[in-house]
Amino acid sequence: MKPAPFHYEKPASLDAVFSLLDKHGDNARILAGGQSLLATLNMRLSAPDLLIDITGLDTLRGIAVDGGFLRIGALTTHAEVKGSADVAMHAPLLAQVMPFIAHPAIRNRGTFGGSLAHADPAAELPACMLALDAEMEIAGASGKRSVRAADFFRGLYETDLKPGEVLISVAIPVLSAGYRSGFSEFSRRSGDFAMAGLAAHAKFENGVLSDVRLAYCGVDIRAVRAAAAERVLDGKPLNANLLDEAKARLADDLDPPDDLQASGKMKIHLSQVLLGRVLSAMSSASEA
Amino acid sequence: MDREISLTVNGESVTARVAPRKSLVDFLRETLGLTGSHVGCEHGVCGACTVRVGGEIVRGCLTLAVQADGAVVETVEGVSDSGEIAALQAAFLERNALQCGFCTPGILLTATALLKENPAPSREEIREYLSGNYCRCTGYQAIVDAVETAAETIRGGGR
Repeated sequence: MKPAPFHYEKPASLDAVFSLLDKHGDNARILAGGQSLLATLNMRLSAPDLLIDITGLDTLRGIAVDGGFLRIGALTTHAEVKGSADVAMHAPLLAQVMPFIAHPAIRNRGTFGGSLAHADPAAELPACMLALDAEMEIAGASGKRSVRAADFFRGLYETDLKPGEVLISVAIPVLSAGYRSGFSEFSRRSGDFAMAGLAAHAKFENGVLSDVRLAYCGVDIRAVRAAAAERVLDGKPLNANLLDEAKARLADDLDPPDDLQASGKMKIHLSQVLLGRVLSAMSSASEA
Repeated sequence: MDREISLTVNGESVTARVAPRKSLVDFLRETLGLTGSHVGCEHGVCGACTVRVGGEIVRGCLTLAVQADGAVVETVEGVSDSGEIAALQAAFLERNALQCGFCTPGILLTATALLKENPAPSREEIREYLSGNYCRCTGYQAIVDAVETAAETIRGGGR
């Protein structure tokens, strides 16, 4: 289908974005890469009066390493993240996850910040932000603030962004010595959103895991950590028995609703399989 | 409400007034008469609308014409006339890699992007790269054959 008619503005500054948001409120939507928004407009799932195209704001684009953080501008495309040497070195989880996100033509336009602000429960990047303990940097007419990923993703397509605010960048702590990460997911077709996906990040030292962070997508109304399974794994040598114990605890951590793709019970099973696969890939990776 | 845009399409400068809601692929087809790019699912799944913006493949249904203001846009007509995809076209013919042909323009542009990134892809890599372009006729086998054949031709110095 074709979208309902809307007005279009492409402001040249963040201040101009804020004043448009202030004036139009809920009737305006921010357009970045548009790879989710334009699909929902085409399907007439939403019909805003105004699209505010922020892609003219070049200050929101790019990747930099700065004071122990990897900073990714909100308008950086998935393709740019995928091809970045800084990302591969300082946040390898993001390099690992990129091939799972849609297809080349969509990665060329879809933006890192757009995906996070959209907060699709089955999207891969929110789970990665939880696993990496990223900080979401937000700007509004009254100034800037930052929010930990754990406090940013609040519900189904719901974030901590207040009316009038814009996600401008993400700051990810650079990879520390001994840490490794891994990602895998199940989807019906290559490039689809995940039926269940796991982003994992942990310290590996002589076969012992610590600071374990397991974040799942596709199994709840938002990306979620698996705290009980993390506690099982923390501080102990990784072996088959420990892995089985952690898999069993996932049933306490996760309570996936049934959806069109799979029952909740099947999603628990898939989450358990992912835990085994991702941890085994991480433990067999060469010493960092 | 219409906005004026100026862009380059297949090497020619174009200026037009468009409604903001018009997708890039509808603009190319309806306003410019370039009907080689096809409109399939209109929500980014099927890949039939694939065109190049700034040298990179994008979904023409998930890009607004107004967003292409100032951009360099190329369609299957442009890369066909320039000879850029001649080896792929010959291989698609030779390997019978199209039946109804609806998906073919999108697949040609996507395969061109693949071969630019990776001149010697495995069959698995070809399948993965083309996984966002749906074909409902061929079962893909012949398409993968054709991309492999074209890759060999191009590596051998042909195009």
